Amino acid sequence: MSNIAIKVENLGKLYRLGEVGTGTLSHDLNRWWARMRGKEDPFAKIGETNDRTIKGNSDYVWSLKDINFEVKSGEVLGIIGRNGAGKSTLLKLLSKVTSPTVGRIKVNGRIASLLEVGTGFHPELTGRENIFLNGAILGMSKAEIRSKFDEIVDFSGVERYIDTPVKRYSSGMYVRLAFAVSAFLEPEILIVDEVLAVGDAEFQKKCLGRMKDVSVNDGRTVLFVSHNMGAVAQLCTKGLLMKNGGLHKIGDIQEVLNEYLRSNTENASSYANVDIDEKPIQILKAGIVDAQGNECSSFAHNQEISIYFDLKNVSTERGLVCSLGLQDFQERRIFTEQININPQTGYQKHKITLPINLLRPNNFKVSIALHIPNVKVIEILDCLTFEIIDVGSEFSIYGNVDNGVIFPKLNWLVLNE
Amino acid sequence: MEKAETLYNPELEKVASEEKESWTEIIEPRTNLLDLGLKDVWRYRDLVMLFVRRDFVSTYKQTILGPIWFFIQPLLTTITFLVIFGRVAKLSTDGLPMMVFYLAGVTVWNYFSQTLTSTSTVFTTNAQIFGKVYFPRLTMPLSIVISNLIRFGIQFVLFFVVWVYYLIQGSAIQPNWLIMLTPFLIIIMGLLSLGLGMIFSALTTKYRDLAMLLTFGVQLLMYATPVIYPLSSISDEYRWIILANPLSSIVETFRFAFLGSGTFNWIYLGYSTAVTMVILFLGTITFNKVQKSFTDTV
Repeated sequence: MSNIAIKVENLGKLYRLGEVGTGTLSHDLNRWWARMRGKEDPFAKIGETNDRTIKGNSDYVWSLKDINFEVKSGEVLGIIGRNGAGKSTLLKLLSKVTSPTVGRIKVNGRIASLLEVGTGFHPELTGRENIFLNGAILGMSKAEIRSKFDEIVDFSGVERYIDTPVKRYSSGMYVRLAFAVSAFLEPEILIVDEVLAVGDAEFQKKCLGRMKDVSVNDGRTVLFVSHNMGAVAQLCTKGLLMKNGGLHKIGDIQEVLNEYLRSNTENASSYANVDIDEKPIQILKAGIVDAQGNECSSFAHNQEISIYFDLKNVSTERGLVCSLGLQDFQERRIFTEQININPQTGYQKHKITLPINLLRPNNFKVSIALHIPNVKVIEILDCLTFEIIDVGSEFSIYGNVDNGVIFPKLNWLVLNE
Repeated sequence: MEKAETLYNPELEKVASEEKESWTEIIEPRTNLLDLGLKDVWRYRDLVMLFVRRDFVSTYKQTILGPIWFFIQPLLTTITFLVIFGRVAKLSTDGLPMMVFYLAGVTVWNYFSQTLTSTSTVFTTNAQIFGKVYFPRLTMPLSIVISNLIRFGIQFVLFFVVWVYYLIQGSAIQPNWLIMLTPFLIIIMGLLSLGLGMIFSALTTKYRDLAMLLTFGVQLLMYATPVIYPLSSISDEYRWIILANPLSSIVETFRFAFLGSGTFNWIYLGYSTAVTMVILFLGTITFNKVQKSFTDTV
């Protein structure tokens, strides 16, 4: 009983879409009247689950619904999910920025939340003054801040500018100072949202290290939301996957990460075409699969990726070539492979496997083309996309820093003189 | 009999209360209206003072005159009133020197109107911070009241200097023991503006129309308060309208205490105090209710 830090029961949050303007007053009155008579909120019923891609027919949407989970104290819980899955809403409710529509959250211990760094920083105040102000906003007392002041300044590395108004700071210095204040918070429960996506690589590494310190060494309960799967995998012991405002899966971080990769349908992982008699040469089917043969569009950095496609060639064309190219998110061609197709081959299945660690985590696009070199292009298919996500490689500490496209794992010789 | 026994089960009750106690906090959709969280505010008292400091430092940074502006504002307003209402419109000042008469009114009125206008926009101006981190929202209006109180203190010094000057000059000023009431008047005024400000701030989160209403509402209210004229200049027929305004007796009492002319009545003052308490109570409740989910509508 006592070792549960947070217990969430039937939590739900209803949001009204569209503009607040005319109509809201009448809605408010309606709602008030219903409550006076002891009835249910008339607008809560028509709320739908939150799927931003589907146009609903109601103005009210459950941004979160039926959330139940527990966090044990000392646990580091990573909350992951696509944009709009309800992660931020959940954090807002946990950090009391807004209140839930239904359900309750029971908390054991003092919560501090970091939904943003540098909240309440005033540009006219000096770094010193802002440390005190920001610290107080985050719930520290003056004495507490004073005792940690030197550490904060030291961590931020802006000692020289500490008595300069922060409006004269570079954006990097600003962020460093802001994070430094929050890094020295000492609540029993810490809620962190994406704050690592700031600063340069060196500072990100420092932040991640500090986060690890807080969670592992100090034994605090941490709830961590991030799109950086590498950071999540490194820091967290448990994962919580959100989907369309609901809780999709909670459990061991690796399992949850794998589920996240599997459940991802934003990329197009397969393609199918109707076999048309008038077209003698055709790509009939194409797709991207994992090592087990399941169609998939998100892969962990240490997973094998295969591209397959079915060809039909009942023509007598000579010199037909099928080529496969890969582009990165900037549409740069990374490589092209090709194979000759003999006339009248009929139906063929092709499969190409990308070895583990060929590509670095990123978004990629596959294009398959049937053509006769320098003569004509018969068909180009470039609708297949997939992404590789870092789930804790040695490079994940750099966050979103671009480390290139390929990951050749070269033989690195070190010779001692 | 058996039924009664099952209903009352001390074991169960104990378990229930234990479960309740073991949580430091329970976040729920609706809480008791009267649960104001004042304990929380006390825990964040350092923050209130830091907000006050921030207000001062940021207002006058990068100005040449700096805090001297505290004096310039009421002085210029007083001179404007003196010219327009005193010389041009020739309104009565109960035979008092115009300068000190208007300055008394302006000093007290400024305190009220500035506190009211800044507290009334607490939610809209701080939406950015409020949307990102939780701290007791009441700290914000409280810090505004305190920083305006300090501002008033400085302006009061100006009034005091002018007042002493006229006293030495031997004008018709007759201060009396009611001066002792000044702190009380100031507190009532502050609480009234805090209460009104909180009501408006809670309502403007959803309906911005009220912000527009308030800006000229405050201006109109000044004319419904004996700031630029003495209450005695209003005919008996209409006097009750002015007296219905709880601010009237506060301003009148202040002027009566320092200048010795005007109206003073315990009943009027009692009425103002009662209205203030009611408004403060309503204000705190509405503010408290709105603060929990205003980020969704602001």
